[in-house]
Amino acid sequence: MTTPTAAATPGSSALPVPRKAVVVGGNRIPFARSGGAYTHSSNQDMLTAALDGLVARFGLAGEEIGEVAAGAVLKHSRDFNLAREAVLGSALAATTPAYDLQQACATGMEAVIGLSNKIKLGQIDSAIAGGVDSASDAPIAVSEGLRSILLDLSRAKTAGQKAKIIARIRPKDLTPNAPTTGEPRTGLSMGEHQALTTAQWNITREAQDELALASHQNLAAAYDRHFFDDLITPFRGLSRDSNLRADSSLEKLAKLKPAFGKALGEGATMTAGNSTPLTDGASTVLLASEEWATARELPILADVVDGEAAAVDFVHGKDGLLMAPAFAVPRLLARNGLTLDDIDYFEIHEAFAGTVLSTLAAWEDEEFGKTRLGLDGAFGTVDRSKLNVNGSSLAAGHPFAATGGRLVATLAKMLHERGTVDGRPARGLISVCAAGGQGVVAILEAR
Amino acid sequence: MSQTSKASAVREKSDKYTEFVSRGFGRDLAKRLGLPQPAVLRRYRPNAPLVEGPILVVGHGVGADGVAQVLLDWHLDVRRHATPKEKLGAIVVVLDGLDHPGQLSEPMLAIGAALRDLNKNARIVSISRPALDDDAPALAAARNGVDGIIRSVAKELRAGATANGVLLANGIAADAPSAMSALRFFLSGRSAFVDGQFLTASSEGTAGNADWASPLDGSVAVVTGAARGIGAAIARTLARDGATVIAVDVPAAGDHLAAVANSIRGTALQLDVTAPDAGARILDHALSRHGRLDIVVHNAGITRDKLLANMDAGRWDSVIAVNIASQLRMNEAFLASSSFAGNARIISVSSTSGIAGNRGQSNYAASKAGVIGMVRSTAKLLAERGGTVNAVAPGFIETDMTAKIPFATREVARRLNSLQQGGRPGDVAEAIAYFAQPGSAGVTANVLRVCGQNLVGQ
Repeated sequence: MTTPTAAATPGSSALPVPRKAVVVGGNRIPFARSGGAYTHSSNQDMLTAALDGLVARFGLAGEEIGEVAAGAVLKHSRDFNLAREAVLGSALAATTPAYDLQQACATGMEAVIGLSNKIKLGQIDSAIAGGVDSASDAPIAVSEGLRSILLDLSRAKTAGQKAKIIARIRPKDLTPNAPTTGEPRTGLSMGEHQALTTAQWNITREAQDELALASHQNLAAAYDRHFFDDLITPFRGLSRDSNLRADSSLEKLAKLKPAFGKALGEGATMTAGNSTPLTDGASTVLLASEEWATARELPILADVVDGEAAAVDFVHGKDGLLMAPAFAVPRLLARNGLTLDDIDYFEIHEAFAGTVLSTLAAWEDEEFGKTRLGLDGAFGTVDRSKLNVNGSSLAAGHPFAATGGRLVATLAKMLHERGTVDGRPARGLISVCAAGGQGVVAILEAR
Repeated sequence: MSQTSKASAVREKSDKYTEFVSRGFGRDLAKRLGLPQPAVLRRYRPNAPLVEGPILVVGHGVGADGVAQVLLDWHLDVRRHATPKEKLGAIVVVLDGLDHPGQLSEPMLAIGAALRDLNKNARIVSISRPALDDDAPALAAARNGVDGIIRSVAKELRAGATANGVLLANGIAADAPSAMSALRFFLSGRSAFVDGQFLTASSEGTAGNADWASPLDGSVAVVTGAARGIGAAIARTLARDGATVIAVDVPAAGDHLAAVANSIRGTALQLDVTAPDAGARILDHALSRHGRLDIVVHNAGITRDKLLANMDAGRWDSVIAVNIASQLRMNEAFLASSSFAGNARIISVSSTSGIAGNRGQSNYAASKAGVIGMVRSTAKLLAERGGTVNAVAPGFIETDMTAKIPFATREVARRLNSLQQGGRPGDVAEAIAYFAQPGSAGVTANVLRVCGQNLVGQ
């Protein structure tokens, strides 16, 4: 068993940052429940649409951007150059370079952090971070048996050899492999993993339903006050996230049957209502140096201050699959000389209501703080009035790689609107858990 | 490049009937059967000749001489007397010195003799003075006579030719810059679907555009309702003429809006014009991104048709809110800003329904007639700071909206004008782009119909 490093990496705090990387703005398409409005849209279609909306918002048609980085979790092999192909299909200059990256649900976050670092180092002046996923248009692969036969067939030279190879095909080889959210090393789905963690931290059904309800209500209220007018561009007839249930209630949520952790019997608390659905969507964020943004008279919403990744040994250790942010956030805040009390907005990705609540519980737990984080006591408490105030993934949905971009653009706008708190720039924290026991977190500050 | 392929993709074609009767068998058939023979209109292209053929200037006196001189300065081929059989591109008749209807005979007969020598898509433009309440009766009769002449001649012309007039306000010379800008508009392909109409040169105006091919260079324009149809055409036309365009539409139309903005290298601003702070948000966007705002085009509009007997509050109030109340509120914000000054331009899209009325559109007509009232009243407010405000009233325009009209009704509607065809969104846009030009200073408080001289209304 291993424990993630709790303390900040020694020496990593003192390095001077040459210049700032700022968030200019963002654009996403509304997120659609899988099998809905975007059933027949590919990842490339959606990412291109999200890019074009961003280009239109900031008048970038024909402009060459320093670099575009984007990715998808569920990806067709033909999409090996997804980001670059989307750029070529967009209104951006064809001379804009792009690369794909993938870190499961943290893909969008990693794109933002990686590109921000390039801007800070002066390697590029502008960048677009993006992410897209389609659970509807997911790739389906042939079985391993059939794949091996087909490859052998392509190497066969004579008709006799070919006939012999074809004769190897058995009915079971014809069953295709569809992607799953199962972890390769445990065979458990993400929901089953979280169900164990949720039970481990004694998170009640009521608490999860309350968080889910707040997500829907907050997101609906944000739409009603036109908060998303400059963050979203409609796509395929959809202008709002299709998973949003503005009229949801605790009563309705309480009626849902458990969907995960059924083996726990009475202890099964996770339902379709307090878990994110499979979702299709894409998001983009425009990042820049201050000089680049100012020269183009573009807005500056926030600074990308710092980012941190962590991972847990969920296979052999005692940490739940989605608990890596519980370690990443303390490290990140310590490196920046901050505590939870210095944060004005928390954006904690709601993979499941149980994920958010388990993380908060871990931070409030003295034992966890002492033994796992190496602190004198509990890490701290998140003021719930500062948590996901404009809704999060439970209401908006969660197209895996697109969630990071949604969070960064949304938080940047919130921080810019807030301005200063006690004479210092408003500060926000983003925390995203990811498959494989990973988590990526970041700090943004208002401009 | 993708820019050009997008531009050619939106190139509009004439309706199928017009194409059919414009050549070969279709033309012969239509002629024999006496069917309408709509012409393929000459439409504006940057750097194309202003008119196709020599221009005959009819009239004596200082006014006519001055106008002829301006046309010569524009490097046009000017005639002061018609040469029989010589094809003409346009006839400009200068009647600024009229004081009795008896004086109309000579110039009109001169024009009549030259009519058969007009080229296709030729232009007849009068320059005269409007009849005023304190004119002597004979003077008023002579001046108002021109109105009847132009509207009648427009109905007699064929092959895409049009007749329009410039009216000179008190003290304005026939060759004043404002009058000449209106003349140039009527002569050009920009006025292809404008027929039987008048523009008033209300003040002296300023010297013409610095660059006629790109008159809006350096200016910043906002167009509401720009996601599709007429609004998208306005955005594209203003951009073609050199303006940086902020394309505005409701958030739900954002995908179409983004496509329009990207195709003209403008910006998209998703905004509901009925929001109380719409004007402030447009100003903020324009000033923070571009440092200025010069041109406002109020195009956003909706229809919620019902006979008045069946009308409900929802239909009535939403049409008023979007089509007129929003413009009033936004104009207040623009006029309150010191940044919207100098050559400021407001151009509103009205409708022939607002002039002639339309069954089932009492709410829409209220809003569009309201726009006309607003424009006339706002002109004084904007004149103080050197700006103009005008309205354009489209007739039957071929858009997604009119494409939904049942075939037979649509076919009748599009033939019910002197040009016997529907206009294009670009025709409305050209009129708006004209009002937006710096050289159109002095042309204010006008309501210009772009309707091919629709048989309904004035």
